[in-house]
Amino acid sequence: MANPVAGSDTAPVLEMRNISKTFGAIKALKDVSFSVKAGELHALMGENGAGKSTLMKVLSGAYVADPGGTVLVDGVPIATGNPKAARAHGIAVIYQELSLAPNLTVAENMFLGDEPSRFGLVDRRAVSRAARPILERLGVSFSPATRVSALSLGERQLVEIARALSGQARIIVMDEPTTSLTTREAEGLFKVIHQLKSENIAIIYISHRMEEIYRLADRCSVLRDGSYVGMLEREELSASRLVSMMVGRDLSSFYKKEHYTPKQEGEIILSVRNMSDGETVHDCSFDVYRGEVLGIAGLVGSGRTELARLIYGADRRTSGTVTLNGKQLAINSPRDALDEGIAYLTEDRKALGLFLDMSITQNVNISVLAEDAKMAGIVNFKRGQSRADKAVESLSIRTRSTATNAGSLSGGNQQKVLLARLLETAPKVIILDEPTRGVDVGAKSEIYRLIDELAKRGIAVVMISSELPEIVGVADRVLVMREGHIAGEVAASRTEPIDQEAVMTLSTGATAAHSDAPFAISPETGKSR
Amino acid sequence: MTDTVAQTERDRQVKFRVMITALGMLPVLVLLAVGFELLSGRFLTFNNLSIVMQQASINIVLAAGMTFVILTGGIDLSVGSILAASAMVAVIVSLFPDIGMLGIPAALAMGLACGLANGVFIAFLRLPPFIVTLGSLTAVRGLARLLGDDTTVFNPSLPFSFIGNGTLFGVPWLAIIALSVVLISWFILRRTVLGTWIYAVGGNMEAARLTGVKVSVVLLFVYAMSGLMSGLGGAMSAARLYAANGLQLGQAYELDAIAAVILGGTSFVGGVGSIWGTLVGALIIAVLSNGLILVGVSDIWQYIIKGLVIIAAVALDRYRIQGGART
Repeated sequence: MANPVAGSDTAPVLEMRNISKTFGAIKALKDVSFSVKAGELHALMGENGAGKSTLMKVLSGAYVADPGGTVLVDGVPIATGNPKAARAHGIAVIYQELSLAPNLTVAENMFLGDEPSRFGLVDRRAVSRAARPILERLGVSFSPATRVSALSLGERQLVEIARALSGQARIIVMDEPTTSLTTREAEGLFKVIHQLKSENIAIIYISHRMEEIYRLADRCSVLRDGSYVGMLEREELSASRLVSMMVGRDLSSFYKKEHYTPKQEGEIILSVRNMSDGETVHDCSFDVYRGEVLGIAGLVGSGRTELARLIYGADRRTSGTVTLNGKQLAINSPRDALDEGIAYLTEDRKALGLFLDMSITQNVNISVLAEDAKMAGIVNFKRGQSRADKAVESLSIRTRSTATNAGSLSGGNQQKVLLARLLETAPKVIILDEPTRGVDVGAKSEIYRLIDELAKRGIAVVMISSELPEIVGVADRVLVMREGHIAGEVAASRTEPIDQEAVMTLSTGATAAHSDAPFAISPETGKSR
Repeated sequence: MTDTVAQTERDRQVKFRVMITALGMLPVLVLLAVGFELLSGRFLTFNNLSIVMQQASINIVLAAGMTFVILTGGIDLSVGSILAASAMVAVIVSLFPDIGMLGIPAALAMGLACGLANGVFIAFLRLPPFIVTLGSLTAVRGLARLLGDDTTVFNPSLPFSFIGNGTLFGVPWLAIIALSVVLISWFILRRTVLGTWIYAVGGNMEAARLTGVKVSVVLLFVYAMSGLMSGLGGAMSAARLYAANGLQLGQAYELDAIAAVILGGTSFVGGVGSIWGTLVGALIIAVLSNGLILVGVSDIWQYIIKGLVIIAAVALDRYRIQGGART
C-alpha cells in the first residue's frame, strides 16, 4: 500500500530548521532539521529518549524551540510554543495516551473546544451534521452519537483522527499509534492512513515496529541522542541500516564493565518460572546467577516493568513461581517480597517511590522501621539516624542534612535515597527499574559502580533499562522482552561485550537484521490491499 | 561551586518555610485573642480562658481523631453521629446501679466499634472514605435515636459528671482530657512506627504499599482512632449535660472538627500536618465563638463571621507558604 509516487520534487508542506531544545543542562534536541512533503508518510525512528517526542512537542506548540530554530508550514514560519497557532496551520498530533473525554459522544469529542454554537448554546444538530461526513470519509462503522467510553481503543484512535480532520489538519503526527491495537484494528488504521495520504495529508509516523515502517513509510528519518542522524528513502530501507543508525554511537568508557560472568558457571540464585498476569506478561521464565547483573531490555510497553512488579508481588499474577536459593516463595504482597529478600526500585520514583514531604532519614528507614522499633512500636530514632548517616556517606548523597525533605533533592540524589532504602532491607535480589532515569551523569556513574559492587557481594541484580548502551555496558546478560514475552537473550562472553544490534533486533522483531539486502516486502504483508 | 551556593540558598529557604509552617496559625490565634481583649476587656481572664478551653475540648478531641484520618488523605463525616450514639450509651449504662462508671468504657467501646466498621469498609473493601462515612453519618444517627427510643435520656446523678463540670487544681477536667488526647496523638504520630506509616500512606499510598507498609492496617487504625475519639467525645458530652439525645446531640460536629484540622494546616490530600496545628485550629474556632459573644455579636452574624474567618485564615496560610502548601 505504499504511495507509488510521493512526488519527490514537490515543495515540502512542513519544514523544521535547526531545532534545538534544552532543559536545564540537558540538550534534548541538537540542531535538528527535516522536512515532510504533502501526501507522504514520513517515519520517525530512534531509541527511547532519542528526542522524537520532544521534536513533535515543538511541532505541536507544546514546547518553545531554542532561539534559532524555525518551523515553516508551506514556507511560512510559525511561532513555536503556541498550540493554537500550530492547530490553525493544520498541525495535529495524536498522542499515545489518547486525549478523549470518554463520557462525551464521538461528535462532541471531535469538536471539543471548537463547538459550532448559536447564541452561546452548543448546536447539537450542527455538531452531528458536521461529524458525519468526516467519519464517513474514514469509513468507520459507529455513529457520531456513540459515547466514546463504548468504543474500543482502535475506534478511539479513529475518533482522534476524525478530530484532527475536523480541524482541517494537513499534517498529522501519530505517536506509536498501534501499540494498544489488535492486528485487525491496526489493519483498519492502515487503511485510513492510505486514505489520508490520497487526500494529500502528510503523516509523521513514530513507531518502533519495523514491519510497520517497511510497510507504510515513504521516507524514514532517524534521531539519536537528540541529533538528526539521517534519512532513508523507501528503497533504501533495511533493518540493519536502520538499527545501526539508531544505535550507532560509540560506547563511551562510561559504561565500562570490570567483569564478565559467563552464565553457566555460577550457581542459580533466583529463578522465575511461567510468570503471567493474563494481560501484558505472558509465560516469562528466567534464572539469575550469583554475582551476575541481568539486564532486561525491550521497548516501552513490552512488559518489563509489569514482569518486575509481578515478581515483587505488587500486582496479582495468574501463574508463575519465584524460587530463591532453591526455596519456592509464596509472595502475595511487596511486604512478603521484602521479607524474603527481594527488593524493587520503581521506575517512577516520584509517583511510586519517594515520600516527598518526608525527610531523607524517614525515606531511608521506612522499610525497616518495624524491625528496628523498640517495644510498643516506638521508632528507634538513634538507629534510624545512623542508618541514614551511613547511607548519605556511602552513596554520597549530596544534602546538608538528613532532615531535609526528599522532595527538595535533585533527581540523582532522590534516586540514591531510594537505593539506600532498598539496601537497608539487606536484599538477596534487587530489581532496578530504569535506575538512571532523570539522573545526571555524575550520579549515573555512581549508580553503575554501586550495581557492580552489589553483584560482587553476591546479590543478584536485575536491571531494566531503556537505554541500550547502558544495559549493554552494565549487564552481563540481557533478556529482551517483546509484547510480554521473553523474545530472546544476548550474553557477553569473556572477550566480547553484548551485541547491541542483536538486542535492538530482538526488541523490534526485525527478522531481516544482519542481512544487508534491501528489505523486500514479504508476500504476507505486501498483498494487503 | 555555584551549585553548592544554590544548594545552601535553597536549604535556607526550606528552613524558613519549615519554620513558618510550624508556626502556622498561631499568630492568628494570638491576634484574635488580643483583639477580643481590646474590644471587650474581659477576654483574657483565667475564668474566661478556662471557659474557652471547656468549650473547645470536645472539638479538640474529635479533631485529633480527624487529624489521623485526614493525614492519610481520608475524611470522617460520621464523628458527630458516633458522638451522639456513644453519649446515649454512656447515659444508659450510667443508669445501672453500682456499675454506673462503666458508662465511660461503654461509650468508648461504642465509638471504637463504629470506627472499626468504617475502617473495615475503607481499608479492606476499598470503598471511598467520603461515601462510607457519609453512610455511617446517617446510619449511626439512626442507631443513636434507636438506643433511647428516640427520647432524651437523663441521669441527674451521673456518677462521672465531674468530668464535664469539675476541675482539677482549678483546671477543668474537660480541658485536661483534651490536652492529654493531643499529647497522646502527638506521641503516636511522631514517635511510633505507626505514626510514620500514617504520614507515608497519606504522602503516597502506592509508594507506601511498594515499600512494605501495611496500608490496610494503617487505614483501619485511623478510622478506629477517629471512632474512639468520638466515643470519648460522647462520654464528655454526656458528663457535661447529664443527658443525651440521639437526634440533636453532635449535629454538624464533623464540620467543626474538619475546620479545625484544615485551619491547623493539615493538607487535605494527606501526608502533611501536625496535631499542634489542629489544637490551634480548634482553639481559633472556640475563641471566635466565645469572643463574638463577649463583644455582643448576634448569633446569626457569628455564623457568617466564623465562616469567613476560616476561609480567610486558610487563604492567608496559602499565600504565606506559596508553593509549599497543599491544602
